[in-house]
Amino acid sequence: MSRGDRVRGGVVAWRALSRSQLRGHPMQLLATVLAIALGVALGSAVYLVNSAALEEFDQATRRLVGSADLVIRGPPEGFDEALFVALARQGWVSAASPALDLQLTLPGQAPPLQMLGLDPFRAAALQPALMGQIGAEVTRLFEPDTIMLSRAAAQALHLLPGEALTVLVGGAPKRLRVIDILPDSIYREPLGIMDIATAQWSLQRTGSINRIDLRLQPGITAAAVRAELARLLPPGVVAATPAMERGRALSATRAYRVNLNTLALVALLTGAFLVFSTQSLAVLRRRAALGLLRALGVTRLQLQCALLGEGAAIGAAGSLLGAVLGAVVAALVLRHLGSDLGNRALSTTGPVFALRPLAIIAFVMFGTVVACLGAWLPASEAARRAPALAMKAGDAEPSLSRLPTTLPGLALIAIGAALSWLPPIGGLPLAGYLAIAALLAGAVLLIPVLMRWVTGSAARSGHATFDIAVAQLRGSASISTISLAAIIVSFSLMVAMAIMVHSFRNSFELWLVKLLPADLQLRLSSSSDTGAFSADQQAHMAGLPGVARAQFRRVREIWLRADRPPVTLIARDIDAAHAADTLPLVRDTAQAAPIGTQPAWISEALQDQYGFKPGDRLLLPLDGRLQPLFVAGVWRDYARGNGAIVIARAAYMALSADLSANEGSLWRRPATSAAALEQQVRAALQLGNALELIGSQQLHERSLMLFDRAFAITYALEGIAVAIGLVGVGVAASSSALARRAQFGMLRHIGMLRRQVLAMLAIEGVIMSALSALYGLLLGFGLSLILVYVINRQSFSWSIDLAVPWRQLGALSTALITAAALTALWSGRAAMSQDAIRAVREDW
Amino acid sequence: MGSDVLLSLEEITRRYRPDSAPVLDRLQLQLSPGEYLAIMGESGSGKSTLLNLIAGLDRPDHGRVLFEGIDLATLDDDAVTRWRRASIGFVFQAFHVLPYLTVLQNVALPLDLLGVREPQRGQRALRLLEACGIAALAARYARELSGGELQRVAIARALVHRPRLVLADEPTGNLDARAAQQILLLLRQQLQANDASAILITHSIAAAQSADRILQLVAGQLRPAAQPATAPCVP
Repeated sequence: MSRGDRVRGGVVAWRALSRSQLRGHPMQLLATVLAIALGVALGSAVYLVNSAALEEFDQATRRLVGSADLVIRGPPEGFDEALFVALARQGWVSAASPALDLQLTLPGQAPPLQMLGLDPFRAAALQPALMGQIGAEVTRLFEPDTIMLSRAAAQALHLLPGEALTVLVGGAPKRLRVIDILPDSIYREPLGIMDIATAQWSLQRTGSINRIDLRLQPGITAAAVRAELARLLPPGVVAATPAMERGRALSATRAYRVNLNTLALVALLTGAFLVFSTQSLAVLRRRAALGLLRALGVTRLQLQCALLGEGAAIGAAGSLLGAVLGAVVAALVLRHLGSDLGNRALSTTGPVFALRPLAIIAFVMFGTVVACLGAWLPASEAARRAPALAMKAGDAEPSLSRLPTTLPGLALIAIGAALSWLPPIGGLPLAGYLAIAALLAGAVLLIPVLMRWVTGSAARSGHATFDIAVAQLRGSASISTISLAAIIVSFSLMVAMAIMVHSFRNSFELWLVKLLPADLQLRLSSSSDTGAFSADQQAHMAGLPGVARAQFRRVREIWLRADRPPVTLIARDIDAAHAADTLPLVRDTAQAAPIGTQPAWISEALQDQYGFKPGDRLLLPLDGRLQPLFVAGVWRDYARGNGAIVIARAAYMALSADLSANEGSLWRRPATSAAALEQQVRAALQLGNALELIGSQQLHERSLMLFDRAFAITYALEGIAVAIGLVGVGVAASSSALARRAQFGMLRHIGMLRRQVLAMLAIEGVIMSALSALYGLLLGFGLSLILVYVINRQSFSWSIDLAVPWRQLGALSTALITAAALTALWSGRAAMSQDAIRAVREDW
Repeated sequence: MGSDVLLSLEEITRRYRPDSAPVLDRLQLQLSPGEYLAIMGESGSGKSTLLNLIAGLDRPDHGRVLFEGIDLATLDDDAVTRWRRASIGFVFQAFHVLPYLTVLQNVALPLDLLGVREPQRGQRALRLLEACGIAALAARYARELSGGELQRVAIARALVHRPRLVLADEPTGNLDARAAQQILLLLRQQLQANDASAILITHSIAAAQSADRILQLVAGQLRPAAQPATAPCVP
């Protein structure tokens, strides 16, 4: 046979089969195409939104870093500007530009504003895209107390040129005059630009800077000057390459993005199971036709290619539809909701939708390949069958039951269990994800043997309808697997997610209770660098008539490594002997600090990312000196993913002479209401909205609301996956009912009442869905252990305690059983509406 | 109606559509207890329609179907189903043996529906299997049987609950000549053994010759066909 003949034969077979499928079962095909489309749409939409946000981050970082080869960064409190002079004099430095890079506290405005204080002439050489385009206007920056705003900042703050921007410096307001608004072409995110000398003067940072941009002499690399830099830079000051600068934003959100993409992948894989289910049932339904084609001369390979072609056509149609849908959804999300997708770290002001054709093509190809994978097994099985056997009635189940499933299933479960013990790969829980995939695949392969075991163990009831239903399930265990695979996979994932989220929420609530014991919490706008409560202000607040007790904290950022974001140092009142009363310490990590050492309690993120462990000595860079600390314990911190260190405030004040604070907790006197206390504090400080003041209960509720919002997208994606799974059950049930209508006809002939037939179907539906729900619950519980103890831990560097939401799982299971049983019953009714008399005349 | 008539069809008329010509036109038939009747006819002549009317699976546009004096039209769907369950046995051309039940369970199915309990149910089913010569296949499944064996199972199932009437629709249509002859012989024997009447629908002269009486369905009416030239091919 020539190659042309082979191709022609395959195409003829494909056309014959596809036409019959398209004409005979258009709704099933549509459901399958939609399932693939949903998976591809979710994946491509998440990718396009994330890409837009990351590109925006990248563009912003490039403009801020410009053509610098190295960025020297210190803490917000800064370092001596003499370092700039020392570095600029180095022979290997070709150009240097000092900067103050601060988050300004704005009274009356909750989020702080990023401000760059630059030497305009030096910066024009290093950041030409930022400063080079400002032109002659730049000289106006030399006027006292002036600032230029990007258009995004001006819009957010409702300011025009000539108007005043009030910032908080220490505990007092300071007015800056807006002299110009920079167009989007210069910088799209919110930003203020000041002359560095003006900034130092206005913000009381005379002699201090916290950033130096360096361009190296041609031929000199950053690696070559590393040793020299280590000698020159004081502790707590780090040198980062532009790639590290850009990488920080990416690495901080990478785990979240990977998790979102994984959820989209789950939807797509559920779609693949649906393709598998639809194609398997289509092959069973048409096995006589397939046998006939083989008898007429279509080869095994041609038949297999024709059936794979069907899967590819479904995949391609679904993927193309999904890609279009994904692009539309991404454009709408970026336009109306922004780019954060539930993670504030991904939030940008001006992300621009871009189609990214290569990525779209990759998604379309991926969706098509996934659909082909779903069609591969039924196509191979159909091609392997001898034509004579394929054309024989009642051949469906044995051909499937001969497929080996038990041993491969057990092997996959063992592999999954082993993978769950592996450490993260490249900082990501890839082995954990593979473990989940292996466990799911293994669990699906074990469905037939479990179904046979359960139905085989059921004693005969003596009721014909029940006994026939059980016998049907026992006899069609392999076909049932096809029907149930998608719903078991999606339901178990939903159960796992529900347990994980519930566990996280419970642990988060306990964490909130532990960290927020006071009646009122106060802080200056989060992440800001310029505002602080002076010692006088702290004393004033502590002395207010409504205050029974006050505690203040100093929270500041410390650089430990250039390639990671800064960690948070929290100086707070803490009794070292009873640290567990103040901090949510991880069990068995508390260590008594040796006499003469200063204890510190590190967060789990710090432990994971920097490798510190209880009992270690940690050198903390504080105001230019390294302070030795003893790691006395590890605590859970759900707020600072980059790591945090807690030390006693008294020790901090002794080491740094910094008496200021930027957070506090107040306990009210019994006679004072929370509202009255808030009023007293606001009146005392006069800081407007820059002072975040909130009752602990309110903060508790708001935190949980934000928590739920962050997981809303997760639930939405999981809900879609379950909906796809239910579509799979519907498709399978209707295919099965149609295939069995001759059987129903025979039962009606020999005296089974119509309602008995329907009852039989309902019993089958309830048994199948109850077993699916039970199996899904067990499997989901197993998967939740991996989510809680492996994926969550490795993704976010914090631990959570396992808690099972029994009521939610009960409701979910009931909903699933009801939906699946009703679907089975509805499919049976549809099949019964066919003429039972005619049905028995069809050969089955 | 006297006890010498089991089934009576009076002036039966049935059209597929109101404006079409009747497929059965004022058809008359009487069947005695224990009688074995073959009805022949060309494809599309209305043989199967007639069988459906007799089984209460369809209703005539005009006329009455009386079974032991009871007009089936007076029974609702549940009642006619219960009547069929107890009084009628079916043998189909395509066997229709449930693939996920064993041979024994398939044969016991009508007893199951009638509420006969174990061990009587199993014993009666096994007796019929023995009578049909397939007791050795009791634990087998349909996929393991030949066409002839499947039709023996179907005959056993049709008779296990001792129906008054067996309706056999082309029971040898899927079998070779030798197997067909064996099945007709078995059917005849078992009808006699169980004191059942039967109506055999066929377009095979050879099959029809196994019956006591042969009628021809022509133009919507039953007419006597030529009696078998030889004795029926069964003893």
